[in-house]
Amino acid sequence: MSRLYVARNTRVAARSLGGEMMIMSGKDSTLFTLNQTATIIWQAADGATPLDEIVERRICPEYDVEPAAALQDAEVLARELAAHGILDVSEDPIRSVNPPVNPSAGDSR
Amino acid sequence: MSGLMQEVTEKALALGVPMSVQLDVTYRCNERCVHCYLDHDDHGEMTTAEIKHLLDEMAEAGVFILTLSGGEILMRKDFFEILEYARQLSFCVKLKTNAVMIREREAQRILELGVESIQVSIYSHRPEVHDAITLVPGSLNRSLDGIRFLKSQGLKVRIANVLMVQNMQDYEGVRALAEELGVDSTLDPTVTPMMDGNRSTLSLSVDNAALQRVFRDEKLVGNVDEFCSVSPHASDEALQSLPCSAGHTACYVSPYGDLYPCVQFPLTCGNVRQQRFVDIWRHSEQLKDVRSIRMKDLSGCSQCTHVAGCTRCPGLAFMEGNMRGPSTQDCEKSFARTGIPSANLLSKKPAAPNLIQIQFLPTIAAVPA
Repeated sequence: MSRLYVARNTRVAARSLGGEMMIMSGKDSTLFTLNQTATIIWQAADGATPLDEIVERRICPEYDVEPAAALQDAEVLARELAAHGILDVSEDPIRSVNPPVNPSAGDSR
Repeated sequence: MSGLMQEVTEKALALGVPMSVQLDVTYRCNERCVHCYLDHDDHGEMTTAEIKHLLDEMAEAGVFILTLSGGEILMRKDFFEILEYARQLSFCVKLKTNAVMIREREAQRILELGVESIQVSIYSHRPEVHDAITLVPGSLNRSLDGIRFLKSQGLKVRIANVLMVQNMQDYEGVRALAEELGVDSTLDPTVTPMMDGNRSTLSLSVDNAALQRVFRDEKLVGNVDEFCSVSPHASDEALQSLPCSAGHTACYVSPYGDLYPCVQFPLTCGNVRQQRFVDIWRHSEQLKDVRSIRMKDLSGCSQCTHVAGCTRCPGLAFMEGNMRGPSTQDCEKSFARTGIPSANLLSKKPAAPNLIQIQFLPTIAAVPA
């Protein structure tokens, strides 16, 4: 089975607020908020780390979930976010110009 | 505001996060609008490095929506460097400009950098009126070309018009022009006093009759009867409510690093050249004072007929002398909208000639024969 790579789309705006990501789509200015699991995937979406690795290293240790089921859910989520122009998804690594996501005051207070 | 944006803003308020900041990168401008509230000389703007450092601090503090404005933003040679840096930090960036300096190359760069929207000031559809306000011949045509370049890139553009004595006949023309260009438009009937307290610009404000005409234009306000009705008496909850987002989830930073609750509220709360942005936001005594204001505490307003539906701006009230007092400009809008004077207007109402005579009589009687 081929691996899936995910990268944050460079045209969106994003900020973490109280542990959840606010994302403004660059396509149509629609605002989204991501739950904590989706936020973990968003923050780790550097274009170089395969989605299965993100799920294995970042999701599974945090939640009591079967790796295969978690990966399936993550793939569905990644494709949904890609449809809104929030994530780029590819079967090859994605060269991303995005800097690492920094935490913000909503999280660090 | 969308339901989700409202929800996110409430969360930011609860967490004490400054969701939205307007940063004026310069007060210099290539236009000289007659109603402008700014001094256009450069008194020591922040350098590129200082602005980048501020953007780092604002991202860390949780700022999401960043409005870059001026002056004219493109008067700064490093504007695109600042914009690129802001977008690398994932801000949702909105721009305010007169678009005079926007050509195809600038529009393309704005698109590449993922700007959310661009607001362009247009005061009339007629060059002779618009240019007489900006005091720059040819400026309307230059601005409209700028809008067309932005639109041709598929960017979201909004025309902002300010209603004044000079252009009060033209707002319908501006709206038609916006429709023709395929952009949104807004009309603001408020002329702001100058930042230094000079109120001479207020003489450009339209009179009550013109305001009434605007407030009864269903294309602007929707349901006129509903818009012009007096709101029912304020509930206890309404009286406990916050006047606006200034200082609560939003603030303003000048090109010199001064932090105010809002661009229209020139109460200096600190300077980002001397203190960290987040320290001013959290600990400024001035901001704490602004945050303590509730509708119920407002002298002259809490008992007013209009309290529930009032659009009182605390910044305009501050510039009038008391941030806990009424804003007469907003009282005049409530009067034009409903035909009912506010408590503040009633208290200021000059005595009519016959009343002066009545007041005068006892004085005469008191004069010894």
